[in-house]
Amino acid sequence: MADILTYVLHYEGEFNKNSLGAVSEGAARASEIGGECHAVVVGGDDLTDELCQSLGAYGATKVFRAEGPEGLAQPVIDVMAKVIDENGQSYALFGGGLLGFEIGAGLAARKRAGVTMEVINVRAEDGKLVAERPILQDSKISVSRYQGDLGIIIGRINAFETVSRDGGAAEVIDVDVEYSEWSNQAKMVQRGEQRGADVDIEGADILVAGGRGLGKPEGFELAEALAAAFGGNSAVAATRAVVDAGWYPYAAQIGQTGKTVAPKLYLAAGISGAIQHKVGMQSSENIVAINKDANAPIFEFSDLGIVGDLNKILPKLTEAIKAKKGG
Amino acid sequence: MKICVLVKEVPDAAVEKRIDPSTGRLDRSGEKNLNPYDTHAIEAAMQLREGGAVEVDEIVAVTMGPESAVRALHKAVSLGADRSLHLTDPVLAGSDVAATGYALSRALQKEQPDLVLLGQQSDDGECYTIGAVVADHLKMPSLTQVIKMDVQDGGLRCERQAEYGYDTVQVSLPAVISVGDAINEPRYPSLKAIMGARKKPLETVAVGDVGIEASEVGEEGSRVQCGDFHEPEAKPPGQIIEDEDTDETVEKIVAWLEERKLI
Repeated sequence: MADILTYVLHYEGEFNKNSLGAVSEGAARASEIGGECHAVVVGGDDLTDELCQSLGAYGATKVFRAEGPEGLAQPVIDVMAKVIDENGQSYALFGGGLLGFEIGAGLAARKRAGVTMEVINVRAEDGKLVAERPILQDSKISVSRYQGDLGIIIGRINAFETVSRDGGAAEVIDVDVEYSEWSNQAKMVQRGEQRGADVDIEGADILVAGGRGLGKPEGFELAEALAAAFGGNSAVAATRAVVDAGWYPYAAQIGQTGKTVAPKLYLAAGISGAIQHKVGMQSSENIVAINKDANAPIFEFSDLGIVGDLNKILPKLTEAIKAKKGG
Repeated sequence: MKICVLVKEVPDAAVEKRIDPSTGRLDRSGEKNLNPYDTHAIEAAMQLREGGAVEVDEIVAVTMGPESAVRALHKAVSLGADRSLHLTDPVLAGSDVAATGYALSRALQKEQPDLVLLGQQSDDGECYTIGAVVADHLKMPSLTQVIKMDVQDGGLRCERQAEYGYDTVQVSLPAVISVGDAINEPRYPSLKAIMGARKKPLETVAVGDVGIEASEVGEEGSRVQCGDFHEPEAKPPGQIIEDEDTDETVEKIVAWLEERKLI
């Protein structure tokens, strides 16, 4: 028996897409190592029987439900540690996302288990799970093998596809947990605050995305002018660094903890191409990058790269596209 | 208040990183630098000290690593730490994340800090995880990727971006907080601070000095083995244009876009 335990994050009565990906992946891999996929959910009244049972549609056979604070990692570590102590799952699996990193790492400490993060592929080998992880700016793949009773696998965002299957309702089991003292010492004051205007970037065919290389908040005017020149279904997106700095709205953010997009054209202006950004846009059909640093990682996965000063290039490109459109 | 800042020596971003085929570990020779994310953690400690909302008695830089890691400590001290603690021992080599976090937590226990700060990720391993491992061993509340931190109600009011937007979390002390690079702009050390860094107290400890069980660290104590390093499926490299004549560059971009029916 080698069961896999996943954590499923939810917000306002809906499960997180990356968590559902983890359940789907867990169910597929568990069947290869002769086990089942189980899920842990932690929260309040919105975790109804019906909602929890619905995880069966992604392959979970049992859902362990605990009442507790939402959006914080340490209470979930307490719940998962208890569930594993009582049920003996062999692996803990997390979809991409900030909480998965925190819970997985904390659980590794609590259970003295091996942990691998940023995993993009999990496979079965001799009845055990093996995790593949890109390292050194994605230039190499490293393969993790686990020892001991528990192996912890934290996926990269969007690594695991959400797959609906014909599973029936999952069995819902309530877990009574006495939370650690320190788990009660962090309290959510406000969750999910949206900062800046609400913009839609997920439906756009053409995205002009700006990063720190734009130099200042006003630099986004160049990106907006270019997007406007393309016209039609185009929009402006941003990296986490500039969103955190308050240059552009949160709703326009690409990448880890932001949106995942796959437009026909993704034009990256002043974006270095960190992994956290790459995971949110690498499926774009055509990637064009403009950056003054010839060594920027983004040139390693762009289809067309321009090494130069975007303050010179963007205005002229905007004019040229306007002229084409007009002509 | 006593603040410990966890710092780490990483290969300089300008040096090509590689795996040593004989050991399967990251080749850590070559130019080394203080992990850039850690400079934000030191700056956060300095701003708490200078902010006046709380009395900061001492800022201690703590690292685990070989002898060369002393340079990261010197850099940390030049940026404002008062003294440093170097955990170094041959048996620590090859420790995985869980073992490293355990070892660091033991070194921190000796210091009894009110706050542990660290950078949210390191430039070499890209992991967001050490803070959470350390916190569980120290039995402290913890938060990672914090981009704003204020002293409030005897604890810290922290903000970060999570799955559904920005979260605000009130954390009691003592706590372990890992910070993102948006939290501040680290200052540059003065020449005087750089010159003086070597004169600040530096304590070196081995596993036995801080109660680390040798069987729980190093390759032996690590529950995950990494190997089979191989190349990923690579996308063919794209076309690169060096912008010399911008009009010409723009013409090329437009032609490229037209060819793909994107205009």
